[in-house]
Amino acid sequence: MNRRAAILLAALGVALAALPGFANAYVLSVATLILFLAYTGQAWNVMMGFAGQLSLGHSLYVGVGAYAAAGLFFHFGIGPWAGVWLAIALCAAFGAAIGFLAFRFGISGVYFALLTIAFAEFTRIGFDHLDWTGGPGGLFIKVAQRDQIDLANFRGPPAMYYYAMLALAAGAFALCAVLLRSRAGYYWQAIRENEEAAQALGINTFRWKMAAVLLSSAMTAVSGVFFAFYYNNLFPEQIFNISRSIEIILGPIIGGVGTLFGPILGAAVLTILADLITELLAALGWEIPGIKQVFYGIVLLVVIMFLPHGIWPALARKLGVGK
Amino acid sequence: MSALLEVRGLSKSFRGLRALIDASFEVPRGAIAALIGPNGAGKTTCFNTIAGVHPADSGSVSFDGRPIDGLLPHQVCAAGIGRTFQIVKPFAGLTVLDNVVVGALLRTRNVSAAKRHAGEIVEKLGLGSRRNLPAASLTLPDRKRLEVARALATQPRLLLLDEVMAGITPTECDLMIGVFRELNRSDGLTILLIEHVMRAVMALAQQVVVLNHGEIIARGTPAEVVRNRAVLECYLGEEAEV
Repeated sequence: MNRRAAILLAALGVALAALPGFANAYVLSVATLILFLAYTGQAWNVMMGFAGQLSLGHSLYVGVGAYAAAGLFFHFGIGPWAGVWLAIALCAAFGAAIGFLAFRFGISGVYFALLTIAFAEFTRIGFDHLDWTGGPGGLFIKVAQRDQIDLANFRGPPAMYYYAMLALAAGAFALCAVLLRSRAGYYWQAIRENEEAAQALGINTFRWKMAAVLLSSAMTAVSGVFFAFYYNNLFPEQIFNISRSIEIILGPIIGGVGTLFGPILGAAVLTILADLITELLAALGWEIPGIKQVFYGIVLLVVIMFLPHGIWPALARKLGVGK
Repeated sequence: MSALLEVRGLSKSFRGLRALIDASFEVPRGAIAALIGPNGAGKTTCFNTIAGVHPADSGSVSFDGRPIDGLLPHQVCAAGIGRTFQIVKPFAGLTVLDNVVVGALLRTRNVSAAKRHAGEIVEKLGLGSRRNLPAASLTLPDRKRLEVARALATQPRLLLLDEVMAGITPTECDLMIGVFRELNRSDGLTILLIEHVMRAVMALAQQVVVLNHGEIIARGTPAEVVRNRAVLECYLGEEAEV
């Protein structure tokens, strides 16, 4: 990383840390959503951007993570600090199952992506029939008291959730930055670029692909726990929905797959623009259902046509900073 | 000294096509050997079987006295056999140096040590001026060199070269010949090469194995092989001048 990049990164960090000081509730909620998508996109990017394994079912890990922690809290009063470990363990187990099936039996590319969708879908249907988590009727956690901070149970004002998400996003960014420069990063990228050549250079591709899936699913589990305690209600139909998986991957794709900053930039651009458009249309008195999805589609189209590597690589060149 | 690589009765069929039939040969420690023959003779199949890409139907391969058949490609590489691909497979999105670093990381976990090692190899192969370019931007001769550099970075004791001279100019070919000779002489690297460019075979190989329709039809020194009746008929042609 060069000096310019370090300064820009520090400035961004300071701005984000100071944001709750002057932002209103609406801006703060949008910022929290951006960080949520940035973090989750970063997790997805470990699998696809680094190791080249396309997951179109990351809602699976968000959902399982959310339900694991929320279920423990709802039934036994066990807080998310303990619940997050169960969430991570369960999601890693799901990731291991998918990874083992796919990599052991040579399922790759589009077929791997289909497998990830299948797992997300049948888990959604499974949760629809699971009474312990409320089935299709949903699982509800008592809404947080907004004026007092209860860190042990992760209940508190919006700024607390914002800072939690900021810490997660920053942590994931740092982790990915370190990983990308380590042996793991080199091996993952080699597998992404050409698996056969990677094997010929002594890389146990099965093991390294599994590592990517496990890390990605474990990271996404934490998103799920956050989701449960931030939104306080969970429905299988929503949380496991494929549109959530798509929403997770749009950020990194638009920002730049395989880059460190792409997931963050993509999440910000998409969320802010989509919200502006919805607001604008609302102000004009036009309520068009699904306009956000149409907008996502258009942005995706434009980016793929003009910036196939995403916005970040082009912007990084302009700013004179590295990837 | 015993042979470094011993291939015994190796056979491989693809859906009834017998690509390799009962092939036996050995490569002595420190030697440079060549595998030649017309297209479709089974040379690359032989390489792939040695390298663990697909299991042999029968026969055995041993390396340094240890059986290596049944190992997976990454295990064969870890055992000390490096290989290049006839159809080059660069990590297109990575820089030339990073391509080689991936290979160097087999013997060290330390990225900066791997970078140093990779830097030396990149220089040796004459890719120094392009070390920070993405591999996708290289010309074919440079990609061939990158294949060699990457394989060398894994510090092999045996290097399998699959047509690394194809499609390059005679000058570049001589440069590569020089590199291989040097590696062989100074580092004691054993080399088995598949090659159509007879100029390189004659200059490098001490022994040549000739394959045709999956069977070994001749073996010997380069001078012996180019006078062999069967080899002239099936591969080199009557007017062969080398």
